[in-house]
Amino acid sequence: MSEKVRRRSDTRMVPVPSHSIVPERDVNDIPVLETRHLGIQFGGLKAVDDFNLTIGRTEIAGLIGPNGAGKTTVFNLLTKVYEPTSGAVLFDGQDLKGMNIVQASKLGLARTFQNIRLFDKMTVEENVRIGLHNQIKYDMFSGVLRLPRYWSQEKKQHARALELLHIFNMENLADEEAGSLPYGAQRRLEIIRALATNPKLLLLDEPAAGMNPRETEELMETIARIRDEFQIAILLIEHDMSLVMGVCEGICVLNFGRVIAKGTADEIQANPAVIEAYLGKARSAAGKEAQA
Amino acid sequence: MIFLSNLVNGISLGSIYAIIALGYTMVYGIAKMLNFAHGDVIMVGAYIAFCALQYWNLPPVLALIVAMLVCTALGITIEGLAYRPLRQAASLAVLITAIGMSYLLQNLALLIWGPNPKSFPATTMMALPTFSLFGGKLNISGVTLVAILANIVIMLVLTTFISRTKVGKAMRCVSEDRGAAELMGINVNRTISTTFAIGSALAAVAGILLCSAYPTLMPTTGSMPGIKAFTAAVFGGIGSIPGAMIGGILLGVIEILGKAYISTELGDAIVFAVLIIVLLFRPTGLLGKPIREKV
Amino acid sequence: MNAKKKKLIYNSVTFGIVILAFVLCNVFYKDMSRSLRGQLIPITCWIVMAVSLNLVVGISGELSLGHAGFMSIGAFSGIVVSGWLLNGFQVENETLRLVIAIVVGGVMAGIFGVLIGIPVLRLRGDYLAIVTLAFGEIIRNVLNCVYASVDGQKLVLGFINPNLPGKLLLNGPNGAVSVGKIATFTAGFVLIILSLIVVLNLVNSRTGRAIMATRDNRIAAESVGINVTKYKMIAFVTAAVLAGMAGALYGLNYSTLIPGKFKFDQSINVLVFVVLGGIGNTLGAIISATVLTMLPELLREFADYRMLVYAVVLILVMIFTNNPTVRAIAESIFAPVKKLFQGKKNAAPQGAQGGVGK
Repeated sequence: MSEKVRRRSDTRMVPVPSHSIVPERDVNDIPVLETRHLGIQFGGLKAVDDFNLTIGRTEIAGLIGPNGAGKTTVFNLLTKVYEPTSGAVLFDGQDLKGMNIVQASKLGLARTFQNIRLFDKMTVEENVRIGLHNQIKYDMFSGVLRLPRYWSQEKKQHARALELLHIFNMENLADEEAGSLPYGAQRRLEIIRALATNPKLLLLDEPAAGMNPRETEELMETIARIRDEFQIAILLIEHDMSLVMGVCEGICVLNFGRVIAKGTADEIQANPAVIEAYLGKARSAAGKEAQA
Repeated sequence: MIFLSNLVNGISLGSIYAIIALGYTMVYGIAKMLNFAHGDVIMVGAYIAFCALQYWNLPPVLALIVAMLVCTALGITIEGLAYRPLRQAASLAVLITAIGMSYLLQNLALLIWGPNPKSFPATTMMALPTFSLFGGKLNISGVTLVAILANIVIMLVLTTFISRTKVGKAMRCVSEDRGAAELMGINVNRTISTTFAIGSALAAVAGILLCSAYPTLMPTTGSMPGIKAFTAAVFGGIGSIPGAMIGGILLGVIEILGKAYISTELGDAIVFAVLIIVLLFRPTGLLGKPIREKV
Repeated sequence: MNAKKKKLIYNSVTFGIVILAFVLCNVFYKDMSRSLRGQLIPITCWIVMAVSLNLVVGISGELSLGHAGFMSIGAFSGIVVSGWLLNGFQVENETLRLVIAIVVGGVMAGIFGVLIGIPVLRLRGDYLAIVTLAFGEIIRNVLNCVYASVDGQKLVLGFINPNLPGKLLLNGPNGAVSVGKIATFTAGFVLIILSLIVVLNLVNSRTGRAIMATRDNRIAAESVGINVTKYKMIAFVTAAVLAGMAGALYGLNYSTLIPGKFKFDQSINVLVFVVLGGIGNTLGAIISATVLTMLPELLREFADYRMLVYAVVLILVMIFTNNPTVRAIAESIFAPVKKLFQGKKNAAPQGAQGGVGK
């Protein structure tokens, strides 16, 4: 590993206009993501309401909250699975209004899924190659007629796929069927596939779910390394507090579809509203560690 | 007046489609499969009624009952022998099995009753007068009225059955979530069998009505009405019982009016074109619930 | 053995079997019965149909019940073009006419593939299936109303209007009359090879992977920037073009042909080839198309019972390959046999029921 994981203590967070904070190093660039009063209503239920978040270009941010708080819904709003009923998403300074999932992906939004969505019947390498779909291109006729362009681009795609698999040291699994991998490896493959789309912002939905503590530790390091190597922003949803507190610079806490706290890990841990949301009113702060 | 007469005929034909569509929609709703053999159960029902009237000289009511009983038994047998072993299988495998079953029924009928069309004794089955209204300007045959009445009665009875009885509730449970229903102690296999039994008994009724209105009986008699009724079920929103009724009647009316006012040759094309247009605006049919994939 | 090598062997075996079969048919042509000879060209057509439908059902994962519709478009446009060239322009060269007819058949079917694909591919699952069925029936119904004739060098088309000047080519529900039988077995072979090149190369390319991605997980495919509708369309239209070409060859193999020949049963038959061959398995589709097309001929002695036998076999095969209990029993019986063969042929392409599980 080239660089030690950046700890939250290394980072100074500074306020930006939309009542959010980004790391000091990102403050002079346009934020990669900015949401303004984002909300969605399903029937009478406001699943997400007045959601404001700004993420710096190389920030690792966390989105936490109790089950059913609306975290995944936020991801679905950002990646255009849902069209918001109020507010706006600005990605790289561009309003995503009216766009679809594919357009959002082409702009540089990539994600993983809470319930893993790999192409199970295909090999690991093919999964990554599909992630490279819009990065390494040749048309259908070159493919069917096996023109020189097919061979050169396929070679390039193969090399790039292995390069990406190397992030998690998975090159040796390239020919395995994706569906037959262990759970943790599937999660890692999904991250690689998302990275293959050359994103500016990577959204990870519970990346550590189903991983053992050692795997989680490794994942934490890899997330930081991905940010450093690719110079991208990462927003992750996670229930494993050791991961969130260990790697996230800014954390946003959601409860009942609303933001109840924003800040650095230390600030969040000390925030009474957060403790209440997680533990209920009457509990002592001592129970917090157990919950985490 | 001609329009009115066409309209009534359309509703009548549509009622027959609706009764057939019920079989498709119930089976789809509960077993989540397209039972392509359903159209051929209609044909079997009609042949049994034909035999009962022609060879065994039974009175019409008994002929109806015999046909319904035979079809019920047939439905349960088909389900038990061919579909039950494939409960966990891919839906395409079940579809092909259903198609195989359809071929099987048609060819059995061909062996038993021969390839020559039989003339269904419609007048024996329904010795009903033709009703004349508006001084003979509007003539409605007895069969037309019986089909419409039968449809209404069946719909009322079935809706009550599904919403009130224990078996009906079990059906709704299985349709909603088979796994959960099983955990709640509902016998899924028996519920699916019951559904096939009801659908097949209705198919017998539909077969008799169909052949009373259009008295040519062949081994392939059921296939085209079967497909149209299936279309009707999709049109109304497959899985929905009121949807089958509305879809069936609309389809019948469109077919008859289309043939009368647009083009006789293109009657079927019009029916299918309307289906496509409806699905474009309502991708799950008129009364179907929209499907939302959870991400 | 890695996946890539397996694929290469599978593809080579597929091409090898087709070429070998073609050579054998030519060598033993004289020894064949008349009826078997007559079946050769239809078999090639049905193989192309099965291979192309496999692209839609197996590779892109959408159930199409109207594939025969594209075949009929190809058949009738091919017949019209061939008749037009002969009667309007005195093109006597049969090979030239056949090639042009096949190309035109493919193009016409492709155009309709696009027109039909636009509404159809907005739908999902069973709804998509029923709409393809509906389109197949509409095509047949409309073709029943089309009349065409050659007047001098001009092609005259009529709709529900049989009174056309000149030499009649299409006669509505009575179909094509006095078609020149110019289809050849070699053309059928070339068409199979062409469709294999298209389908097998497509699968192992960027486009093919995108198509399979949309099949396996629509949302994941979209999330990596794959335009699902576009790739489903590519599969659908490519299959339509191949079906149209097969249709043109098929149509020019008979002296008369009615639109009623392409009823929805034919679409179903092709689907049966695909499913029995193992969904997504091209070689399987070729074998089952061949065997099932010849079956009625082979069962000639059981004339009355052959369709009955076919139906029973179809049901039993489905139960045997898909019921977990029956499969387990069958596997335990075949386990020793399998052991015997292991090591000798480790690259055997997967048999029935490979591919997609949905």
